Amino acid sequence: MATINLTLKVWRQKGQKDKGRLETLPAPGISTDMSFLEMLDVVNERLTLEGKEPVAFDHDCREGICGMCGAMVNGLAHGPERGTTLCQLHMRHFRDGDTLMIEPWRARAFKVVKDLVVDRSAFDKIIAAGGYVSASTGGAQDANAIPVPMETAEEAMDAAQCIGCGACVASCPNASAMLFMSAKVSHLALMPQGRPEAARRVLAMLRAADACGFGNCSNERECEAKCPKEIKITHIARMNREYMKAVFGSARE
Amino acid sequence: MKLESHAPGGPIETRWSRHKNQIKLVNPANKRKYDIIVVGTGLAGGSAAASLAELGYNVKAFCIQDSPRRAHSIAAQGGINAAKNYPNDGDSVWRLFYDTVKGGDFRARESNVYRLAEISTAIIDHCVAQGIPFARDYGGLLANRSFGGAQVSRTFYARGQTGQQLLLCCYQGMMRQVAAGKVTMFPRREMLDLVIVDGKARGIVARNLVTGELERHAGHAVVLATGGYGNVFYLSTNAMASNVTAAWRCHKRGALFANPCYTQIHPTCIPVSGGHQSKLTLMSESLRNDGRVWVPKKQGDTRAAADIPEDERDYYLERKYPSFGNLVPRDVASRNAKQVCDEGRGVGATGLAVYLDFRDAIQRDGRATIERKYGNLFAMYEKITADDPYTTPMMIYPAIHYTMGGLWVDYNLMSTIPGLFVLGEANFSDHGANRLGASALMQGLADGYFVIPYTIGGYLAGTALPQVSLEHAAFKDAESGAKEQTRRLLAIQGRRTVDDIHRALGRLLWDNCGMGRNDQGLQEVLQKVPELRDEFWKNALVPGGADDFNQSLEKAGRVADFLEFAGLMAKDALTRRESCGGHFNEAFQTEENEALRDDENFCHVAAWEYKGPDAEPERHVEPLVFENVTLAQRSYK
Repeated sequence: MATINLTLKVWRQKGQKDKGRLETLPAPGISTDMSFLEMLDVVNERLTLEGKEPVAFDHDCREGICGMCGAMVNGLAHGPERGTTLCQLHMRHFRDGDTLMIEPWRARAFKVVKDLVVDRSAFDKIIAAGGYVSASTGGAQDANAIPVPMETAEEAMDAAQCIGCGACVASCPNASAMLFMSAKVSHLALMPQGRPEAARRVLAMLRAADACGFGNCSNERECEAKCPKEIKITHIARMNREYMKAVFGSARE
Repeated sequence: MKLESHAPGGPIETRWSRHKNQIKLVNPANKRKYDIIVVGTGLAGGSAAASLAELGYNVKAFCIQDSPRRAHSIAAQGGINAAKNYPNDGDSVWRLFYDTVKGGDFRARESNVYRLAEISTAIIDHCVAQGIPFARDYGGLLANRSFGGAQVSRTFYARGQTGQQLLLCCYQGMMRQVAAGKVTMFPRREMLDLVIVDGKARGIVARNLVTGELERHAGHAVVLATGGYGNVFYLSTNAMASNVTAAWRCHKRGALFANPCYTQIHPTCIPVSGGHQSKLTLMSESLRNDGRVWVPKKQGDTRAAADIPEDERDYYLERKYPSFGNLVPRDVASRNAKQVCDEGRGVGATGLAVYLDFRDAIQRDGRATIERKYGNLFAMYEKITADDPYTTPMMIYPAIHYTMGGLWVDYNLMSTIPGLFVLGEANFSDHGANRLGASALMQGLADGYFVIPYTIGGYLAGTALPQVSLEHAAFKDAESGAKEQTRRLLAIQGRRTVDDIHRALGRLLWDNCGMGRNDQGLQEVLQKVPELRDEFWKNALVPGGADDFNQSLEKAGRVADFLEFAGLMAKDALTRRESCGGHFNEAFQTEENEALRDDENFCHVAAWEYKGPDAEPERHVEPLVFENVTLAQRSYK
């Protein structure tokens, strides 16, 4: 089993209102088979035994689907690998002697809770504004009543697989939530079940994002480059079209 | 105590409709007077919260993650069963019912399972109406695949991310109700106690995980949907935060815990790579269709797979089960892998793995065919292990991934505490001793979308529920108990990390209460668990404070409960003098190493009553009556 020795520079911040700083933590003897989070577990177990407080970080499923984990590693959201969440990033992608700068997502809308943990409730607010189909339980017709072309369903699925981790926001120089938002707008706009509310949805979600303090899109494409689910910015283009249709084509608002 | 299932009698096909017709209703104008607490926001909790809010109830929903969209239902890959019979292959509600009862090794309640099968079709209709991008055929109609050995294609799926799509759909429905003011969401909260007033569940005490503050929440009913207890084994395919705490605290308040020994092990997971391993990742079972399972014939053979000649390989499944070969059921495949590894013939760095070899399949069908079938799985495997399964055999090992046991509930999904309802994996009701693939999603959504909205109304309409004050003695008592536990945890200041003790517990259970169990091992668990518990309370090291975001403290509280729960699991396993489904006591097996049931003496649910910290729990029994299916021995000859 190969092992490497690393030096971590980790963001430590006690609470939202406290001042943060980078702390240097040695991480010796890291197995290259470990995931990035397992490496942090090892460092944390040592800190605990030394009577220090471990580094707080969010994580849950550790198989790249819950969207709970994430941090900037040397300035890159979820680290250097493409299409990979932090929990699925393995230490074999680093070299012996590397220094890793580990910081939380930075955005006005994502306040630091502690160390690497941030508050992403703004995403929930955006979804609550309109990221759903208003179909209450019990009234649905037969599932096969409306055919949906396979290609349409596949494209909707490409967007729907967003895990809401926030890497897009953290990677964007404007801290924009456009990729996140467009993934939901696009998914529901493509499906026939989502069409009746399409205009209202896009307007409400954009308004909510503005209110939460997310920036605008200036086509940097950093979000697409770092999205662990490789969601394409063509969904932002579709959202923009939906927006134009809503503004010019709808009687509402 | 007599366990009354309250399942209606008469023809099974009409039991649920007749029951629904007789349930008391709450007037629409009165629904807004009721507050319902929903703990957990996975498929069961999320669908319940959304549906109850749609009806007009005020819902307070709690989850331990930062958002309700993260619950572990999200990780389910394969799909969701429904008796739609779209492929015209002979499926029916009856067949889904029968398959589920049989798959559960005849240890589930017939009425519940039939209702589950009956509701399954409405779930798909609802999910489609909410815009889930299920897989479709070229004609635009929904696609189905077969799954888990079923003889019909009844599984609906959204790529390998069905759980994610279903959960996000519940979550969105819930967020719609948040916007409507009918759901109040409390994320990053952990339920630490159930509050009982006048014998009824009337609230919870929860810890705000950000500030450490203990909060009191009152309601007219509590719906618990907090998932399974697989993480008692330390390593499982469950998410890191999955735990038994909420269910266990309810158990200590009087809810009976049913069949805790029913745990399911999945044979094809990526093996442990070292002591640092934090969780296990599942690989789809479909791989066994083309992969051949083998280990070296010699013990301690450390040669690379390619260097081991054909006649020194033991294709043990093909050898022992010539007719089923590599496709024996999950439990048989799992137990055999453990056996060869116990013999010292396991492979890989830890010796706890067997090969799953695609060499012959690639030679026979060509690489392109194998890539088309399994490309994404091979890529996922390579990402985690850095081995290329096209050129070297995969290594796999079984892992815990679902628990069929849970809090006992009646047909209305109400526990033995009036007003406490339990949904999804947290209850025991529908899967018997073994769950079939693609049925967990179905059950969670059935409970939340289509059962609880009816049955909770019956309870509320028929029960006097005066307002309770948050200053009631029961709230104070629950809060001070939670506060005291936190204080004790932080005061230990020992020398061993909580993870280290949890690992020791997991290893003990995995070795003795996992795939293959025997009386001696179970006795050992019963002896060693109290020792570990003592070690924990004397020597654990929990850093940080109580009034802070303290993940070490959260973990410590959960492990403290696992250390209590583990004893009950072993006791249940030891008391059940038979093997059935996921519970396999080596003393009870057929000649083909199949689980050998004892229908005469153990065709019942075992539900345990908590009697105090130092008292023996009491075992109660709900007899299982099978009026519609004939009990049979599972055989895979």
